Amino acid sequence: MMYSNKLGRLMFGLRGLEATSARGAFQRAAARSGFSWAAVRKQRTLWQQRMHQTGGRSAVHTTVDPGEVKRFQLLANKWWDEEGEFAALHAMNDLRVPFVRDNLLNVQRERHPGQPLAGLRILDVGCGGGLLSEPLGRLGATVSGVDPVEDSVRIARLHAAHDPDLRDRVSYRACTLEELSDEEQGVTQFDAVVASEVVEHLADLDTFAICCSRVLKPGGSLFITTLNKTNLSYALAIVVAEQLLHIVPRGTHDWEKFISPVELERLLESNGFLVQSVQGMLYNPLSGAWSWTNNTEINYALHAVKQDDEAEAGSTTPGGHNEAAHS
Amino acid sequence: MHKLTKAPLALNGLGRCLITEKHLSAVNIIRRGLVCSENRTDSSKTEVYDVIISGGGMVGSAMACSLGMDPNLSGKKILLLEAGHKKVMDRVPDTYSTRVSSISPGSATLLSGIGAWEQITRMRCKPYKRMQVWDACSDALITFDKEDLLDEMAYIVENDIVVAAITRQLDAMPENVQVKYKSKVVKYTWPMPHHAAESIPWVKVTLANGETLQTKLLIGADGPNSMVRQKLGIPTVKWNYDQSAVVAVLHLSEPTENNVAWQRFLPTGPIAMLPLSDTESSLVWSTSHHLAEELLELDEESFIDAINSAFWSNENHSDLIETAGALFRGALSAIMPSAGSPRQLPPSVAGIGPKSRVMFPLGVGHASEYIRHRVALIGDAAHRVHPLAGQGVNLGFGDVACLTHILSQAAFNGKDLGAIQHLLEYETERQRHNLPMMTAIDLMKRLYSTNAAPAVLLRTFGLQATNMLPTLKEQIMAYASK
Repeated sequence: MMYSNKLGRLMFGLRGLEATSARGAFQRAAARSGFSWAAVRKQRTLWQQRMHQTGGRSAVHTTVDPGEVKRFQLLANKWWDEEGEFAALHAMNDLRVPFVRDNLLNVQRERHPGQPLAGLRILDVGCGGGLLSEPLGRLGATVSGVDPVEDSVRIARLHAAHDPDLRDRVSYRACTLEELSDEEQGVTQFDAVVASEVVEHLADLDTFAICCSRVLKPGGSLFITTLNKTNLSYALAIVVAEQLLHIVPRGTHDWEKFISPVELERLLESNGFLVQSVQGMLYNPLSGAWSWTNNTEINYALHAVKQDDEAEAGSTTPGGHNEAAHS
Repeated sequence: MHKLTKAPLALNGLGRCLITEKHLSAVNIIRRGLVCSENRTDSSKTEVYDVIISGGGMVGSAMACSLGMDPNLSGKKILLLEAGHKKVMDRVPDTYSTRVSSISPGSATLLSGIGAWEQITRMRCKPYKRMQVWDACSDALITFDKEDLLDEMAYIVENDIVVAAITRQLDAMPENVQVKYKSKVVKYTWPMPHHAAESIPWVKVTLANGETLQTKLLIGADGPNSMVRQKLGIPTVKWNYDQSAVVAVLHLSEPTENNVAWQRFLPTGPIAMLPLSDTESSLVWSTSHHLAEELLELDEESFIDAINSAFWSNENHSDLIETAGALFRGALSAIMPSAGSPRQLPPSVAGIGPKSRVMFPLGVGHASEYIRHRVALIGDAAHRVHPLAGQGVNLGFGDVACLTHILSQAAFNGKDLGAIQHLLEYETERQRHNLPMMTAIDLMKRLYSTNAAPAVLLRTFGLQATNMLPTLKEQIMAYASK
């Protein structure tokens, strides 16, 4: 029953597209490097302006982008519809929960059968409706979810309220990461911070990295899943996923905000993190399932560890990783 | 049914309602950003379990035990609801019970995984090494055995012993696994689909004593007339065979090694003799309702004569069939000279156990869906077969093994146990295994229900050919042993 719905949406997405715009989209993708055209010209001029600054963002010292907040506010009620707009995110739990769980278990822990993450405090940045906070809570961790969109936090609380296991372990707050890190600095520190499908919506990544570092214990883990900034990711994640197949609501992603693993690594390592692993993820729209892959050109997951202060003094510039593997 | 007590409301100045369908005021409070903490009276009244299993027969209690022993599910609250009383067996009774099952090696593995198999072997169980199946209308026969008769093919165990052994294991489980005996369910309330956020998302179970329980996953193991399945409105393909099974405990004329299971297909239905010990066997005679009633009314001597002649007499043979059969055999032995097996005759019966003749109707059934949102069906609730292949409970134990594995993985990935994604995997895997088996059994039943010449010729040839192909027999045994 689930599969027929998925297929139906796929078919509808394909049929809903008119011939002209399909041709137009493909032309755009194909001719991107040589020509400028109405839809992207504006972006290109903006990009040229920002060329002298880091990444595709202006340094605004706040992570929150008001446009993004508004967009997610409109979608707040759709979070928990497993076959709705956020279906791909629900499916991504099959990859990201084991990713977080296994990497945390590797940091030699006592075995708690049935509650592998018991005793760990995890911060879920940009938790949305709590799609990732809830499974981590079920695995025994104490999860704090933060999101600037109030409606999302409300939905998350509602959903977790019924479950006696989650009520005690998962709590949500409508605030930004900066606000939290200002309050929490030195007081409570987390064993892990998870920022899944978040950094591509943020205004300033440096601030993000600094705040993460503040709220993490030394040796704590940072987990990020996001999209790479490549031609392929433009073609698949923006053109195909948003405009053709409607896997993701239109306008969700801004390609300029995507970041490559190498860039992200550089950014994190200059803020006191050491990247442990990067792994590519691939979405199959026909089956609606994600899988791991060696290719990080579209989606990828990254695990970094906050260096202790002594180790930080001795760490040098990054560059030990193969560029070829991340391009 | 829900008692809305005013006391908690009076105590709590915010005036919250209990968590039932109407908890909109709780929603308002959450909206104001306060965390909704559970009133202690509320949670004791409607406790939320992780899994409730409805039905404590062989399959239901094995499911409870299996889930309780899984390391990834440790700490999860599991409840087994059984309408009958607790089956304790401190001493194995001297007389055999009439309801027995053939436990395949795969089921034995599951039972030993939950620690019940050890108990069963200590109490009473009879392994058998060979099975002979032959036709009443011709000479065709087929025997199944493991090579060299060293390994056991399967085990005959009384149903009561299986349940008692599993009950003993359940007693020893930690307190997160509970069993409620003498609790009959009167009502199920199904949850709304997940994106209707205002209502309780759990399955609600109402017992006869007025207690209400909530669960994240309901497993229906309540037998062929499953209430869970009916209340869900799951379309079921089912029909009653116009057959009933007569069961009895037989005393053999003389003690023998008795490690062979015998089954003969009469035109009225198959008659089977399953070994229980060196001197006793269990009878399962599937025949028309009319004949079954007659058999029950016969006196002991005539009943015994009927059984012996059913196994031994050749009155259904006709010349045509005998000649054809001989021809087939000749042809096949020319192709495969070394194959084939000698015909053996079953032991003769001298007496029956006192007051041990019972009959029950037979039918077949298959639920078109094994799962719904937060519900899964296992055992006879999902599929019901003819006893002629001794597979009924083994299919159920297979369901238990599969569902336990899938729920264990889901829990390790932090998933909501009642989520439909992994329940669909269970359904697919089990339907793929069960449907071919059920179809084959039903086909066999129909094929052997007649003594019309064409059908007899077909099955004679088929049976003889299969008997001569060791690889095919191995495949059949492997499939049935899972």
